[in-house]
Amino acid sequence: MTFSETSSGDKWHIKNVRIVDPYTHTDASGDIFIADGCFVSEKLPGMVTVDAAGLWAVPRMVDIHVHFREPGQEHKEDLLSGSRAAAAGGFSVVAAMPNTAPVIDNPALISWEAGRCREIGLIDLWPLGAVTKASAGKELAELALMEAAGAMGFSDDGKPVANGRIMRAALSYATMLKHPIVQHAEDPDLSEGTVMHEGQVSHRLGLPGVPAAAEAAMVWRDVELSLLTHGPLHVAHVTALGSLEAMAYAKRLGARVTAEATPHHLLLTDQAVADWQASPVTKVNPPLRPLELRDALRKAVVTGLVSVIASDHAPHHEDEKMAPYPQAPYGISGLETSIGAVFSSLLHTGLMDPLTLLERMTSGPHQALGARYPGVVPGARADLTLIDPQLLWVVDPSTFYSRGHNTPMAGMQLKGKAVATMLQGRWTMREGQVLA
Amino acid sequence: MTRGLMTVLKGSLKSVRDFTALEGINAEELAALIDLAETLKDVLERPIKKVPTLRGKAIANVFFEPSTRTRNSFELAAKYMSADVINFQSSGSSVEKGETLWDTARNLAAMAIDAVVIRHQVAGVPGLLADLLDVPVINAGDGMHEHPTQGLLDLLTVKAHYGRIGGLQVAIVGDVLHSRVARSDLWGFTKMGAAVRLVGPPNLLPSELEAPMTSNLEDGIRGCDVIQVLRLQHERQTSGAVPSMREYRERFGVTRERLEKWAPDALVMHPGPQNRGVEIDSEVLDGPQSAVLSQVQYGVAVRMAVLYRLLGGTHDI
Repeated sequence: MTFSETSSGDKWHIKNVRIVDPYTHTDASGDIFIADGCFVSEKLPGMVTVDAAGLWAVPRMVDIHVHFREPGQEHKEDLLSGSRAAAAGGFSVVAAMPNTAPVIDNPALISWEAGRCREIGLIDLWPLGAVTKASAGKELAELALMEAAGAMGFSDDGKPVANGRIMRAALSYATMLKHPIVQHAEDPDLSEGTVMHEGQVSHRLGLPGVPAAAEAAMVWRDVELSLLTHGPLHVAHVTALGSLEAMAYAKRLGARVTAEATPHHLLLTDQAVADWQASPVTKVNPPLRPLELRDALRKAVVTGLVSVIASDHAPHHEDEKMAPYPQAPYGISGLETSIGAVFSSLLHTGLMDPLTLLERMTSGPHQALGARYPGVVPGARADLTLIDPQLLWVVDPSTFYSRGHNTPMAGMQLKGKAVATMLQGRWTMREGQVLA
Repeated sequence: MTRGLMTVLKGSLKSVRDFTALEGINAEELAALIDLAETLKDVLERPIKKVPTLRGKAIANVFFEPSTRTRNSFELAAKYMSADVINFQSSGSSVEKGETLWDTARNLAAMAIDAVVIRHQVAGVPGLLADLLDVPVINAGDGMHEHPTQGLLDLLTVKAHYGRIGGLQVAIVGDVLHSRVARSDLWGFTKMGAAVRLVGPPNLLPSELEAPMTSNLEDGIRGCDVIQVLRLQHERQTSGAVPSMREYRERFGVTRERLEKWAPDALVMHPGPQNRGVEIDSEVLDGPQSAVLSQVQYGVAVRMAVLYRLLGGTHDI
């Protein structure tokens, strides 16, 4: 595709594109027409035509798990650099975790955050509020007031709501709300002092490991609490076999439970820690797991047991990631590698068809957070991503728009990349260049 | 990815780089190093224990964890070969002012240091440092990962006693999970053709390591040629890994009676420091089967060998 001769315009005709629209369950070649921020049904005068042969057009790609660090840790990322990273990665909507400093646990911060991103104009930000005040795990935060101010879900992410009584209260309370409790599932006593997956690689490297059971135990508890309260639960970044079993059990009993997987857990294994010679660039929570768990996770995404793929984009400053392994912070900067990693793991391996795969990054996350979007239909807001599914590229973090260059995918070749992103009828990224 | 010393041992001595782990070293390379250490240990028996082979070289001992034996051993090894040594300890240093490890190391290297010997509480730090510095880096123990010169001295101790390592039965007894010595020993002895068994409480045996394991001391040491007894750190009791020192001793303590019954000819080693009366009794430690002081002596020899290899010492020994 070339935009070179189409530098401006607000009415677009994207022709010869493969429309992969999970919202309407459509996968067909055709043309898309956009005017005044919305999809329209036909070509109108003044439309600029873009030939998108070979590309896929996917409406509103969403990443419901990112850390944008503002307020308080702007040296890692802020709402501007995070918005740019999202647009560069092909996302028009992201949901940001509230573990900032201070924690986003009140309606004023919720509306400030979303408003600031509207000013920037690159993405729609769905704010997530804390479950408990200051994410301290002791008292419920003002969930209803935050929801009224725009919160799309509630999480103490970075740590679990460890206290079962508080979690029960949160899930129960959320039954009168529209949006779920998002849990970072981990038994903090089992994980204390650990830095990677407990297994063959950790034992060889001599790094203290956490068993997958630390995650699964908490997921089982939360599933039981969701069944008890009928409260909506979304389990962030699942990686353990037991977590998947718990999800299956919950679904069988009709619980309101969804789960997400991250691109790095779908692509990499704990062998990466050894390959990187125990560099903290591989340190992430939950940790990278061994091959059999990674493959089980892939399978769960294929079947839809895990209906969401989200990046857990966790940018950090290079100096912090240079510390020895235990002192370095957890996290991978993931927005700009998400599509490449997911396509490489699930599409080009032949495990999934395009429509089902992209459900996990569009309608799946909408459903998980209780949001709605019609897809490519006349009148709907024109949020769109053009993807070159065959593009081979090598991850070079120095080219990231994110301030966080921390990724163990550095140097890897991935296949598939967003080449243009549109928010409400305006391009936010074209051919890798973010337009704000 | 592990770029050990030995990958280049067979090439020119100048190209020898780092010594950070025994895993990844092949058997011939390991054997060559043991042979070299055997030669060098004669220097320790000379009336004037000084050879000029590393004259004009400067070595930094950088210790982020307390150590007596290993640090002194490295220092003496360097001095017996006429190198200059500085000892850097993190307490009272710029580290306490917030300097990062990497800056500390780079600053030391900028002072024309020829090799860095490092002990650090975090697994993997020596390997990362080796990437960062242009001078050779020697691992003097990193977290629960490896203590490769200890592994080497254990190999030399056994070789000196039996004349061989291949075919021997080696039992490593104790807190294998938290032990860097156990890991270096496991890789080292396995590569040299010995059979290694791991013995200890089930929660202190990493089931993912590839070696036969048992929590029955008799099964573990019966018929063994070598028993390496590991130190049981007192913090294992406070952290809940073992109920009491008394109970540990009851199940896993290496006593004279048990040794006589189950392994009367075994060579008994311990990397030290020992908890007498817990994992090993004085009667054993000071008895005829004990090799603990040979271990210390050979420790100097293997460190001389490693320094010699890495610093391209002349053959003038």
